Amino acid sequence: MTDTSRGLPERPMSPHLQVWRWHITMACSILHRACVIGLYAGAVLLALWALALASGHESYALFTGVMGSLLGKLVLLGLTFALFFNIAYAIRQTFWDAGVGFAPKTADLTGAAAIAFAVVATAVTWVIAAATGAL
Amino acid sequence: MAELNSERFRTPLSRARGTGAARHGVSHFMTERVSGIALIPLSLWGVFAGLKLAAGDFEGAALWLSSPLNAVLLGLLLIAALIHLQGAVQVVIEDYIHKFTTKSALVILNIFVCVLSGFLGIFSILKVALTGAF
Repeated sequence: MTDTSRGLPERPMSPHLQVWRWHITMACSILHRACVIGLYAGAVLLALWALALASGHESYALFTGVMGSLLGKLVLLGLTFALFFNIAYAIRQTFWDAGVGFAPKTADLTGAAAIAFAVVATAVTWVIAAATGAL
Repeated sequence: MAELNSERFRTPLSRARGTGAARHGVSHFMTERVSGIALIPLSLWGVFAGLKLAAGDFEGAALWLSSPLNAVLLGLLLIAALIHLQGAVQVVIEDYIHKFTTKSALVILNIFVCVLSGFLGIFSILKVALTGAF
């Protein structure tokens, strides 16, 4: 028991970033958290898109203008990756919850597969976007 | 019986300190799992819809949202995402922010951001879907 702020009980903490040796599984875990923060902004952007559309022509043009800029496109590219990585990670986690896939080799393999899937799916999505005039 | 056994191993000191599970863990776990599973098809549909909408203009988007199926799926996507992310981000805050006041303020802000985004989004979707975008 170290300092308890406001007399509240000390609870166990997650291992912090710096106590891990670099490994594919810990990289996936940290990447997953980073993606969650990114997708949080993405969910707010989704609500803002609906708000812009409901507010009329000018606000919608402002929204699409900002998201269509180079910076906006970079954000959308990052969000595409974050989304696909989280989908793969959610599937991996569901198997873990069933007690499957915890062997170190399997966990390494599924982690690498999740990253590979996210990279490929992001590339495919943006190629389709370019081909259909969405860019 | 299980209840009795767990009580037997809880020492008076740990009780006095109030350490141990808050007993909200299962509810959080199930919420994150179920919303996560719902988000797999919903977000894939969202990418598909995003590609279509980005290629179109304002009128195209308004017309797209006037379809009941699109309006309902978009609403479900937004709500499932916000429920999922509210829980996920709260865990990140609780893990990395240790100061009680800062942590509490961020946890409350997180709830406010998610609820505000949800209401703004759903109201806007309903407005466009029911009355058009004008």
